[in-house]
Amino acid sequence: MYEIRFHGRGGQGAVLASKILAKALVEEGKFVKAIPSFGFERRGAPVEAYLRFDDKTIRQNTNIYHPHCVICLDPTLPRSVNIFQDMQRGGVWVQATKKGFDQLKMPEALTRIGLCDAFGIALRIFGRPITNSIMLGAFAKTTGLVSLGSLCKGMESADFRDAALDKNVLAVEQGYESTKVFDGAGKEVL
Amino acid sequence: MRRQARKAFDESRIPNDLCPIATELTVLRTGDWRAERPVVDRDKCVKCATCWTYCPTQCIVEKETWFEAGLEICKGCGICAQECPHHAITMIEEVEE
Amino acid sequence: MSKTLVCDGNEAAAWGVALARPDMVAVYPITPQSSLAEYISQFVADGIIKADLMDVEGEHSVLSVLQGACLAGARTFTATCGQGLAFMFEPYYRTPPLRLPIVMSIVTRDGITPQSVWGGQQDAMTVREAGWIHMYCENAQEVLDTVVMAYKIAEHRDVMIPVNVNHDGNYLSYGVEKLELPDQEEVDAFLGRKDTNWHAALDPERPMAVDPLTGGAGGAGPALFVRYRKGLCKGMQNALKVIPEVHEEWAKRFGRSYAPLVEEYRLEDADYAVVTIGGMTGAGKDAVDLAREAGQRVGLIKVKTFRPFPLEALRKSLSKVRAVGVVDRSVSFGWNSGPVYQELLSALYGLSQRIPAISFIGGLAGADITIEHFSRVIETTAKAFKGEVAEGPIWLNE
Repeated sequence: MYEIRFHGRGGQGAVLASKILAKALVEEGKFVKAIPSFGFERRGAPVEAYLRFDDKTIRQNTNIYHPHCVICLDPTLPRSVNIFQDMQRGGVWVQATKKGFDQLKMPEALTRIGLCDAFGIALRIFGRPITNSIMLGAFAKTTGLVSLGSLCKGMESADFRDAALDKNVLAVEQGYESTKVFDGAGKEVL
Repeated sequence: MRRQARKAFDESRIPNDLCPIATELTVLRTGDWRAERPVVDRDKCVKCATCWTYCPTQCIVEKETWFEAGLEICKGCGICAQECPHHAITMIEEVEE
Repeated sequence: MSKTLVCDGNEAAAWGVALARPDMVAVYPITPQSSLAEYISQFVADGIIKADLMDVEGEHSVLSVLQGACLAGARTFTATCGQGLAFMFEPYYRTPPLRLPIVMSIVTRDGITPQSVWGGQQDAMTVREAGWIHMYCENAQEVLDTVVMAYKIAEHRDVMIPVNVNHDGNYLSYGVEKLELPDQEEVDAFLGRKDTNWHAALDPERPMAVDPLTGGAGGAGPALFVRYRKGLCKGMQNALKVIPEVHEEWAKRFGRSYAPLVEEYRLEDADYAVVTIGGMTGAGKDAVDLAREAGQRVGLIKVKTFRPFPLEALRKSLSKVRAVGVVDRSVSFGWNSGPVYQELLSALYGLSQRIPAISFIGGLAGADITIEHFSRVIETTAKAFKGEVAEGPIWLNE
């Protein structure tokens, strides 16, 4: 079973991202359970969403405490929220950021890091900092756990509030293309 | 809400498992929620106080010759930039540390 | 043809409603039910639900309107929870004695004070004596299936009692999973013709007074009142037979079977068991599997139907073990324990052997009940089996 924790701000689409990824994984024959964590329900406040997937039915309806992978949709969030809290050793980090590998603080034991200037891409495509589709592309590139095609299928039935499907397809593709993937030692592998 | 110079009552005399009450004020640093921040062009600002009037969190502060957002509270909603009649405010991507 | 959906419990409930083809729906939003109300509205707008959507100003009117609609022959649906259920209480506790087969989802939520908008089960548990049938679901698929089955149960001529299909706020309401949408034609065949007002109607062809003044100290009053009370009790007891029949037919037609009253999980050779209700059950089963791998002879009993109380079924399950730990997601204030625990003690009364039972309370106000919590419950219950009985209630999230 693989456990993913999404971090974002209210209004950036973290919860919708977990739902789209859930649909994409179901396309690929996986079983899923995705639950959002609710706190202050307003734009800008930190939110988390939890997604598990497996090759067999997942029964537990609980939050995720030891994720294998952390996806953070916002470049400024790590300074006020400990997004690495209780992560599994040797985990994966996918982050929206302009910075390079050497400029970032991260736990020692990570094995794979994906960095994507999602804000920049979002401002170009949507005119607003909505990074969810872009970061799904970044996740796909960093981990190889889901294909772009499945993500696009997952988005077809999604209820996008802010932009049409074609822009989101473009966003996921650009997220995929532009993400730089590193191993734990900082060597660029993709 | 201001801190009382002299406490109005001693809340430690009330058991803490009765009615939920609160006596300590915690300021929520909503500035941490910001994804964009407002920047004021001080030459254009005429201190008309339009931004101050519209700000939903009332975080705009008055300086000598301009107004600006208090960044501890400012959530980056962009209403001040939208409403400023002199277009003195622009929203920029919040600075990554 | 069945279709695959990936959606949360609230959307699953809305799909269940769509399949049942209601004539009138009325909903008022309240966290964590709100998206269910929105899906219902969207489905009506999109023609997926071809019903009249009554736009009312609050939950009190929601159920009042549906009572009238039901008496006029409509199949109906609504959903609420928490303070919305509280506001609805006046028509709520009139609905069962009127024997109106209304189906309502409660997206269970904790009591509002201390101030909370998050999941628990206090709302549904508080109203358990009003006379509605109460069924609790373990996952979104069960929500969808049970909403459809609820109509067949409610409208059964031996039952004629409104049904609450309950699912946990937050964890099930917004928890997304893969599920199967049953085929509409098969559901039509399963539900048959709707049958909501053969017994009491607002119908010019059958003029009658519905619920005229009954009771009073003199004359025929008291006996008349008792007659109707006994009728409702009879309906509840009949439901204990009808609910399993409906579930059996569902399994035959749709290939998914659920224990209709009480489920036994790995109980055959168990020494002790944990008892669960609702969405917490999944983590409970995982914890039982872990404990079994470590050699502990533990099982799990899940309560699906809480009203009518599944006395015989629960007794049968309890007679297989020598200690039990009951996990509640709500509080019975008068008993200083959880309500499922408190009522389970009544079931234990009929057993020839006394067994220790411990009350655990967890998952209040949106708190999580994890596999770790259940492992702790299993440990404590194991100790009770060996003679060391901890005093409850044990609060899991302190």
